Amino acid sequence: MPVVLDADRISRTLARIAHEILERNRGIDDLALIGIRTRGVPIARRLAHSIREIVDRDPAASSSAGRRPTTDVPTGMLDITLYRDDLMRHTVGPQPVIRRTEIPFSIDDRRILLVDDVLFTGRTIRAALDALIDFGRPKSIQLVVLVDRGHRELPIKADYVGKNLPTSLSQSVQVRLQEIDGRDEVEIQES
Amino acid sequence: MKKDLLSIGDLSAEEIYRILDTAEAMREIGQRPIKKVPTLRGKTVVNLFYEPSTRTRTSFEIAEKRLSADTLNIAVASSSVLKGETLADTAMNIEAMAPDVIVLRHASSGAGHLLSRICTSRIINAGDGTHEHPTQALLDAFTIREHKQRIEGLKIVIVGDLLHSRVLRSNVLLLTKLGADVWVCGPSTLIPPGIARLGVRVSTSIDEAVAGADVVMMLRIQQERMQGAFFPSLREYFNTFGMTAERVARAKPDAIIMHPGPMNRGVEIASDVADGPGSVILEQVANGVAVRMAVLYLMAGVEDEAAA
Repeated sequence: MPVVLDADRISRTLARIAHEILERNRGIDDLALIGIRTRGVPIARRLAHSIREIVDRDPAASSSAGRRPTTDVPTGMLDITLYRDDLMRHTVGPQPVIRRTEIPFSIDDRRILLVDDVLFTGRTIRAALDALIDFGRPKSIQLVVLVDRGHRELPIKADYVGKNLPTSLSQSVQVRLQEIDGRDEVEIQES
Repeated sequence: MKKDLLSIGDLSAEEIYRILDTAEAMREIGQRPIKKVPTLRGKTVVNLFYEPSTRTRTSFEIAEKRLSADTLNIAVASSSVLKGETLADTAMNIEAMAPDVIVLRHASSGAGHLLSRICTSRIINAGDGTHEHPTQALLDAFTIREHKQRIEGLKIVIVGDLLHSRVLRSNVLLLTKLGADVWVCGPSTLIPPGIARLGVRVSTSIDEAVAGADVVMMLRIQQERMQGAFFPSLREYFNTFGMTAERVARAKPDAIIMHPGPMNRGVEIASDVADGPGSVILEQVANGVAVRMAVLYLMAGVEDEAAA
């Protein structure tokens, strides 16, 4: 079972994405991160932290040069279960567990960075987009993923990709994160 | 979970906690600008109410609509029941139009069980006679847990018209299942025989029952169900069993006061207690929507026995 990203690679990958986000958005004004539960949430938090560090080191990276941000980029979490398109299809077995969605800020007119661990069919992102639109009208939504494993079933593409990982459909991609699993790694498994 | 929710007895402790945890997530939907998720899109829910109800019917309807179900309400006052149709015939006719869920409120105990036998739709008991009102007990438990962070080990006192109360039966089943120390209190004429077998302490002294309580739950005096004299007068009932500020003072300082509604102020509860700092009566109503959303969501995932 090959480990394709270890802790060090994951940390460097996220740092690179944080730089890309700042570059492409020309600063952090109106930015907000929203992590998709479960593993998108710690990734979003780490990105918020990295962005803060970069801006603290180099205030010019923030658009209002010289002004240091007093807070991190606002970060929320989204549970998309109630928006899944397969929820009522096979009503065998118990329903998936629903966890809290917490977006403690208005998303209106913000540039939203939607964060998930693995991009696969695109159906989770479709559900997340529908859910987000129910919270308001963001200025834009960009997609950040740690791993893109291909096999899209919907016309969805990530704006920031940590690693493109060609996989076969019989494989599964396991992302493990310190905050949830006790260690950082990405592994491909044959199922 | 089973196909139908007829009684708290149908639920395990684990399933009860699952409903309460799901309700936590559902409550957040009510705080959004767009208070709606697409989860039950295309499902039809019929609210069939044979008894007057404002709170429960509205609560179910809001819960259904927030989950995007198509809902319709049948109030008996404007239906064929007045032309002599039986419950079973009405149910089979509704069933012929293929709803997914029927929410039933009926004056006869066991009405939900009757429908459960003849309908393939899922049945949710929204109160059957003096038998049970499971979603009320679930929202009460949700409210208690929110304030006390637990249910196990709490002293919970239920005071009032125990004999006619379906809220009592559902609450006793639920709270004892989760390990609470449940006391019931009322005039001896309104204590159902054998209630102690459900694992509760029975008292006719409100002072004894309320002493040191974490939760005081008042029940309505149900005059519409009383045939005969159970106590001399409402005034005397209030003097002996009404919840006054002096009596509340015997409970723990942070005790919460609950009432399933509708309240009879000055009969089972004094106005200053109903509106007082410990009162969570309106929170119960607010939580009812989230808990019913959780029940509807979790039941929609249950395997259809008829189709299986």
